[in-house]
Amino acid sequence: MLHRSSHEEKDDQRGLSRRTLLVSGAATGGALVLGLYLPRSIGAKAQITEETLAPNAFLRIRPDDSITLVMPQVEMGQGTYTSMPMLIAEELEVDLDQVSLEAAPPNDKLYANPLIGFQVTGGSTSVPGFWEPLRQAGATARVMLIKAAASRWRVEPASCRAERGEVISPTGERLKYGALVGAAAKLSVPEKVPLKNPKDYTLIGTPAKRLDTPDKVNGKAKFGIDVMIPGMMFATVSACPIFGGKLKSVDDSKALGAKGVRQVVRLDNAVAVVGDHMWAAMQGLAALNIEWDMGPNSDVTTESIVQQMARASQNEGVSARSDGNFAKALPEAVKTIDAVYEMPFLAHAAMEPMNCTAHVTNDSCDIWVGTQVASRAQATAAEVTGLAPEKVQVHNHLIGGGFGRRLEVDGITQAVVIAKQVDGPVKVVWSREEDTQHDLYRPYYYDRFTAGFDDQNRIVAYHHRVTASSILARWAPPAFVNGLDNDAVEGAAKEFPYAIPNILVDYVRDEPPGMPTSWWRGVGPTHNIFVVESFIDELAAATKKDPVEFRRSMLANQPRVLGVLELAAEKADWGSPLPENVGRGVSVQFAMGTYMSQIAEVEVTKDGEVNVRRVVCAVDCGQIVNPDTIEAQVEGGVIFGLSAALWGEITLKGGRVEQHNFHDYRVLRINETPDFETYIVKSDEAPGGIGEPGTIGIAPAITNAIFAVTGKRIRKLPIKSQLRPA
Amino acid sequence: MLSFKISTYRGEQMPKLKINGQEHEIDVPDDMPLLWVLRDVVGLTGTKFGCGIALCGACTVHVDERPMRSCITPVSSAAGKEITTIEAIGDTESGAKIQKAWLDIEVVQCGYCQSGQIMSAAALLESNPSPSDRDIDAAMSGNICRCGTYPRIRAAIKQASQST
Repeated sequence: MLHRSSHEEKDDQRGLSRRTLLVSGAATGGALVLGLYLPRSIGAKAQITEETLAPNAFLRIRPDDSITLVMPQVEMGQGTYTSMPMLIAEELEVDLDQVSLEAAPPNDKLYANPLIGFQVTGGSTSVPGFWEPLRQAGATARVMLIKAAASRWRVEPASCRAERGEVISPTGERLKYGALVGAAAKLSVPEKVPLKNPKDYTLIGTPAKRLDTPDKVNGKAKFGIDVMIPGMMFATVSACPIFGGKLKSVDDSKALGAKGVRQVVRLDNAVAVVGDHMWAAMQGLAALNIEWDMGPNSDVTTESIVQQMARASQNEGVSARSDGNFAKALPEAVKTIDAVYEMPFLAHAAMEPMNCTAHVTNDSCDIWVGTQVASRAQATAAEVTGLAPEKVQVHNHLIGGGFGRRLEVDGITQAVVIAKQVDGPVKVVWSREEDTQHDLYRPYYYDRFTAGFDDQNRIVAYHHRVTASSILARWAPPAFVNGLDNDAVEGAAKEFPYAIPNILVDYVRDEPPGMPTSWWRGVGPTHNIFVVESFIDELAAATKKDPVEFRRSMLANQPRVLGVLELAAEKADWGSPLPENVGRGVSVQFAMGTYMSQIAEVEVTKDGEVNVRRVVCAVDCGQIVNPDTIEAQVEGGVIFGLSAALWGEITLKGGRVEQHNFHDYRVLRINETPDFETYIVKSDEAPGGIGEPGTIGIAPAITNAIFAVTGKRIRKLPIKSQLRPA
Repeated sequence: MLSFKISTYRGEQMPKLKINGQEHEIDVPDDMPLLWVLRDVVGLTGTKFGCGIALCGACTVHVDERPMRSCITPVSSAAGKEITTIEAIGDTESGAKIQKAWLDIEVVQCGYCQSGQIMSAAALLESNPSPSDRDIDAAMSGNICRCGTYPRIRAAIKQASQST
């Protein structure tokens, strides 16, 4: 029996309770940051002096009018280096052209993600998590500056206002923020200040220009891989081709003779060659004669993993949602439908290959890298070097595509191990092949469904069993409680929107031998929305109902889900005639605090080729920070999901990943890109995340469209050549 | 402007490279890909490493105004030729138009592939001032973007082609 209290309901709507992995109640909201001063010792580029106004960890205003915003979240394309400044600047009353940005140093106390509990950029949480604290941070400074000005003018603070970095008196006198910081810095930091009325926003909700892009069109932007440190050498790596294997021996005589090769470094499970440049390192690596101890996983294949999962899926799972009494309701059903769905391992294949530059000395360690988890980067370097964490400086950089890969620190750990053995700084860069074959992969998923109908063709019993690896159990053990991985069932359990009287969703943990698993754009919901929205479509077809109408009939209590569904259906002309061999498919979702419906128009040629022609997205992500970013993230997210749905798959043979590079790990190109229409619902609700939702619902929209055209149900991704005539 | 000098490179001699109008004398193996010379030896890191085998286009530069994948271009084959990278493409008319359109349309997300995208797009515009959708597909399908900026890349190329 699941009856949610109104409090839980509210949290669910905002996507909060679900994402609050490790957080205590006190760690949310503005109280987290106010009153904390940024210490001088943690790598701030510009010194904080007595004359600097720094009422919290996110901003510093100096007498020369320079305004520095410290970014708690890392920029990897999602636009956070624009949305975070917009939140601060709106309340600080400055324009975006008046601010400069700095990446936050590692510090969980100052820069923890309020929704996750430590310093992490992921799960589409930046705007939902920092919406309140960053507006508070800006407003606090504004209140202090106004107070300082009012005191100088001997007027009431309430009679003054701020605009574009100046305080204006009731008689029109103006003082720049820079002129006020000395006096303002001496004031006590107010506890909690009132925020602006949304109707007075001048920045939030506007399509502000991105702050990170001008340097990204002229080659000046520095990603981690672009770091150049004086005296630096270059290294590339070969790790054991089978996970769990070790280095047995290496003959490096040829490699050391090659021009530009300086050193061969032996690791527990890998070899690195250090040279004058990447090419020398690559040539050296190719010249090594390596012998591996392949370890326990050399017989693992995709098939053996799936067989193991299929067996595990027969076991009873840990309940993630139980409404009514499924076990009692099923036997009473007049008709039942069963289905098994499978989703493959996936690589991240970000454009910037894995890299990390490190310099280790007796009493210091510097790391230059783009990471989604700065404090974890610091912690692993401290552990490898034996240095205290404060001796480890993390210089965080722009990331050339994260998609979850940089939530892991394996590459940083490895680079520091190498750097310990190298005299001077060393930049470790993986080849694309190394990147593909030594990823931490999106898990394989094996899902069982059973649904039962009554004699009116209504669904009365519904069971969904998720069988999968638990990422949380490894990545955030305290969040893995009583055997339930909330990520693995996210989108299928609490968030399952359809009104059905008897629901059971359960989870069986099954770890694939020799395959490390991790976060991938869209996380749990990318899997669950595919399987759920596909199975719901099956149920619609089984009762000969229109897929949109069928969903609508079970969404009476879900106004925002219904809202996006109806908007998408209207804009896509759902039900209107289509050319031969073209069909429409629909999906709906609630994930990351955001509601979305996607409708895809798909052509299936007589040769079984799938062409996605048009994708219509309706999105309700609550209050909008930057509508231009929302459109970009939705469309980009869909394209990321399209690659996976059509072709994405990592397979294993003899324990080895079979894919290498973009020829056998195919991704979408411009000529394969559909037309897009994105519609954003205007809303006053709390903001939801937007970096991942686009990726989540595209696969079922496509496969449901394929069903509409061909009558063939795709129950296993990728689609690949499944529709080719035999 | 530096005068253009034909290199007499024959394998024995070090290749003389003319990059963005400047000559560089470098000491590297003949077969070293231009990509690594630009990035690791000359220090021009705007040109990106993506795949190493000409599948993704992130490393695209112009050699005598033609787009080339620098990851598979031996440095010796570029000796004596005019090499242009993302750092200087804004000095060309097509390059400046493309960069402006890229910012106007707000194409960029993570930005890692965009050096290569812009180099391919600038070369397209140079050879074809008003490309059709099909022309854009043909010129740009060798450049992968994992953020999925393709719809805006298309829009930006069209805008640049219409600007005077």
